[in-house]
Amino acid sequence: MLLKGKAIRYGDNIDTDVIIPARYLNTSDPAALAEHCMEDIDPDFLSKIQKGDIIAAGSNFGCGSSREHAPLAIKTAGISCVVAKSFARIFYRNAINIGLPIIACDAEINTGDRLSIDLANGVLTNETTGIKTEFPSFPEFLQKIIQAGGLMQAMSGGVLE
Amino acid sequence: MPMTMTQKILAAHCGKASVQAGDMIVATCDLVLGNDITAPVAINEFEKCGCGKVFNRDKIALVMDHFTPNKDIKAAEQVKKVREFAKDKQIPNYFDVGAMGVEHALLPERGMVTAGDLVIGADSHTCTYGALGAFSTGVGSTDMAAAMASGLVWLRVPEAISVVLKGKPGKHVSGKDVILHLIKTIGVDGALYQSLEFTGEGVSALTMDDRLCICNMAIEAGGKNGIFPVDGQTVDYLKEHGAADPRVFTADADAQYARVIEMDLSALKPIVAFPHLPENGKTFDEIGDVPIQQVVVGSCTNGRISDLRDAASIMKGRKVAEGVRMIVIPATQKIWTEAMHEGLFDIFVEAGAAVSTPTCGPCLGGHMGILAKGERCVATTNRNFVGRMGDPGSEVYLASAAVAAASAVLGRLATPDMLD
Repeated sequence: MLLKGKAIRYGDNIDTDVIIPARYLNTSDPAALAEHCMEDIDPDFLSKIQKGDIIAAGSNFGCGSSREHAPLAIKTAGISCVVAKSFARIFYRNAINIGLPIIACDAEINTGDRLSIDLANGVLTNETTGIKTEFPSFPEFLQKIIQAGGLMQAMSGGVLE
Repeated sequence: MPMTMTQKILAAHCGKASVQAGDMIVATCDLVLGNDITAPVAINEFEKCGCGKVFNRDKIALVMDHFTPNKDIKAAEQVKKVREFAKDKQIPNYFDVGAMGVEHALLPERGMVTAGDLVIGADSHTCTYGALGAFSTGVGSTDMAAAMASGLVWLRVPEAISVVLKGKPGKHVSGKDVILHLIKTIGVDGALYQSLEFTGEGVSALTMDDRLCICNMAIEAGGKNGIFPVDGQTVDYLKEHGAADPRVFTADADAQYARVIEMDLSALKPIVAFPHLPENGKTFDEIGDVPIQQVVVGSCTNGRISDLRDAASIMKGRKVAEGVRMIVIPATQKIWTEAMHEGLFDIFVEAGAAVSTPTCGPCLGGHMGILAKGERCVATTNRNFVGRMGDPGSEVYLASAAVAAASAVLGRLATPDMLD
């Protein structure tokens, strides 16, 4: 799968409280959650992005709460992939479980850069700078979940047995 | 291969003689937990996939604690959804207003977790039960849905950091100071994907409430779990709370650790984590005059009876400073009752504090004490991220109950020693 989009860059330790503040967690409706995605760190986030754009960040992206509402809000807002130096562990598993592509790699990316990501071959190309960065593929077990489109879909295929 | 304590519990739950760091396993759960925010998303997933029955109705706990008593119509709808699910699936461990408490204080208190268990919860602070010698970790709602259907969870076997404790904590130093010092040392991602395994002669100097508080905040260092060895105190606690017989796992003497950190408890001082990360710990020799407007004593981190006693011993005969609002939230109904019978409420109310029914409430900026722009709060909670307790321009300072109470009296960041 090839993902293409424009990057929007954030720093280290982007926590789930800024991805989707708890005051909006009185609903589980993905569209309602997406309306407030990144609101407390970047109030103009939704007006800056287009469908398919890619969030790029530093280390420990998604730290804090277990709220699956965070990757759900990002995915529903139209973001195609999150690239970060590292991910907090619950965000990492939530993204895989709901079918939001994420990539842990240390690539130099700035807001506005055009990125193309080859998930199958593990190559991120920054088309603006021309730099290619390789990233490791997921363990085989997780690839099954990713290919199925999420944990519930993979479970009906017997992944947890 | 020698194993850590965590690895041994994981091996025992996936039918393998041994596991090693990096292995992907599918493990059986002894308990699956969700709350009023995460369970509705899990129920959506559970129903979408047509799962039908739950794997074991006695091994699921649903605790309505975050926005309860329901703060608004949407919150009420979410709780209603979970209530109806619990009724439909005949899940006995559904806890609503009048029975509920903050989940990670409630489950140990009710003896629902024992040593050697594997617990997952759709709440990041599920790592609390490591204090009881269990493997417990926070997961997401889809994990919860899958586990409610199958009793299974996928896990990557973590490597561990060994935290070797020695000495005894001094006066007004508690579990909160221990964990905030540790997070300051290793950083908010210092234990990413790893276990924090506590060990050493200093363990015996920590009460069960201290250990619950320490494991509770393992996630604030990025940890998958925090875990304490099972000793006499643990066994007594489990018995007293009617938990199942403990299954004791101990790390192999030659277990491999990613890192070993030594901590001398006797050298620790009261510490405050400044905005906006739990790693921003400062001791009082580094803290100047920081005026505050609110104090919260409560949460899954420090809303236990020992915390209320610590706060009350400082508030007794004193007043909350003018311009400060102090909110005390016992974490469970049992703690609430104990505090009432011990006369702690009289002390708080006479001091000018408000006492609330159990709720997570202000900890995550839900209700019961939201901050306006520019306001500062000293809280015994676990996170001080931007906007955590209200306006993105407000500030949360994390500290122990003793520091929170002293700060309430003086109207600025303070230790109990500064009251004399």
